[in-house]
Amino acid sequence: MKIDEVPQDGAYLIKGKIRDLCYAVDKDGHYTSTLSMGWKPKNEAMQLAWEQVYEHVEEKRQLVLAGKLSPIAFYMELNIMTPSLLAEYTGYSRWKIKRHLKMKHFVKLRPEVLAKYAEALNITPAELVDLEKLREIVIKHED
Amino acid sequence: MKIDFQHNLAAHCENGVTANLLNFYGVKLSEPMIFGMGSGYFFSHMPFYKLNGMAVTSFRVWPGVIFKRVTRGLGIQVKRYKFRNPEKAMEELDHLLEKGIPVGMLVGVFHLPYFPKEYRFHFNAHNITVFGREGDRYFVSDPIMEHVETLSREELRKVRFARGTYPPRGRMYCISKVPEKVDVRPAIIRGIRKTAKDMLTIPIPMFGIDGIRFLSGRLRQWPVKLGEKSAILNLGQVIRMLEEIGTGGAGFRFIYAAFLQECAEVLQKPWLNDLSKEMTGVGDQWREFAVMAARCFKNRDKGQITYGQLADRLLEIADKEEKVFRQLRKISL
Repeated sequence: MKIDEVPQDGAYLIKGKIRDLCYAVDKDGHYTSTLSMGWKPKNEAMQLAWEQVYEHVEEKRQLVLAGKLSPIAFYMELNIMTPSLLAEYTGYSRWKIKRHLKMKHFVKLRPEVLAKYAEALNITPAELVDLEKLREIVIKHED
Repeated sequence: MKIDFQHNLAAHCENGVTANLLNFYGVKLSEPMIFGMGSGYFFSHMPFYKLNGMAVTSFRVWPGVIFKRVTRGLGIQVKRYKFRNPEKAMEELDHLLEKGIPVGMLVGVFHLPYFPKEYRFHFNAHNITVFGREGDRYFVSDPIMEHVETLSREELRKVRFARGTYPPRGRMYCISKVPEKVDVRPAIIRGIRKTAKDMLTIPIPMFGIDGIRFLSGRLRQWPVKLGEKSAILNLGQVIRMLEEIGTGGAGFRFIYAAFLQECAEVLQKPWLNDLSKEMTGVGDQWREFAVMAARCFKNRDKGQITYGQLADRLLEIADKEEKVFRQLRKISL
């Protein structure tokens, strides 16, 4: 890669917060390092990964609002977690977590249990049970 | 209390932390030098090891290895820690900081507050240096950030005990003793040989040059075996691994080319310059691969680029890398 080929395509949603250090050849053939402001294929790969996440979150939201799944399922997906990862953070078994993902079991949970889930999902216990808030959350990157 | 520590930007976190720590103890080495000496260059594609539910493709060695190999190669003594109890992990850190020792550590990026949100996946092999504390705030030198950042005690505890694939478990390391005279030349030779050996001779098809061919074979099958959508996601993951922050472009291939060029001068071996050029070519080919792949998953050419073509591209790259390492393997002082 020549130094004038270092991509400056603009970073995906970052607005210059992080620039990548790239190594490139200058016109005499010597390597130097320079800062890159994003590259299109990379941005697209990242976008693809996030779109996938958002798609799953949206699916979960509909199921929660339909009363099938619990808000834990929604916030778990929003935190890109799986039941096994959530199990590691909360200390509950995977089996138990999968059970708590269903609304009919969720409504019976004790406040201590809710607090533990809320902590693992980076929200407050009040937010976890607030379906109005869940309905209104915009799933997008703030830019 | 804040240690007088120089924060330098680097392409890759582990190189950066190693370079910054060594710099603190008066051993000045460039990032490509650290990377090459620590045999950071590698390739592996491991279907049994999952990240975000997909096979991991990696362009470098296991986290922590670069630091280990560089320090060992230079005869520098280090001390490393691993904890079960988060409180103990923080106490030990405070203890070291009070003695004026900067500490490198592994953290997960998901809960790292200063990181841009779009990079925050559950990725647990990020390195930072902590070099001071003022009340509740810890001073953090993160080589991929342009400035020094701070973290609260609670935040630091959380990232040090992130969970998921490869949990850091509070791992940290510091330098305990540096020899008076450091000779880089034997360490460089050892580093290059180690890389060449690992790339060429590991008898498991998932690693080294064979790993690239293995990925090529599997990639060819993805649309059939996994379905169109999953194939795209898997391809996206490979590109993310190739270009994700910290590779210096093209999955470390450019850093390695820079390293070879530096070596040509340090070791007085002009033929390394030619190999550096070859390596630059390899990097460029990886970039072309990324461009093609991105077109493929955006479906911009309406199916003109097939997975077969991408797989062929990988085979070409594998042949080229093999040629370089066959020559590098013969290096001696």
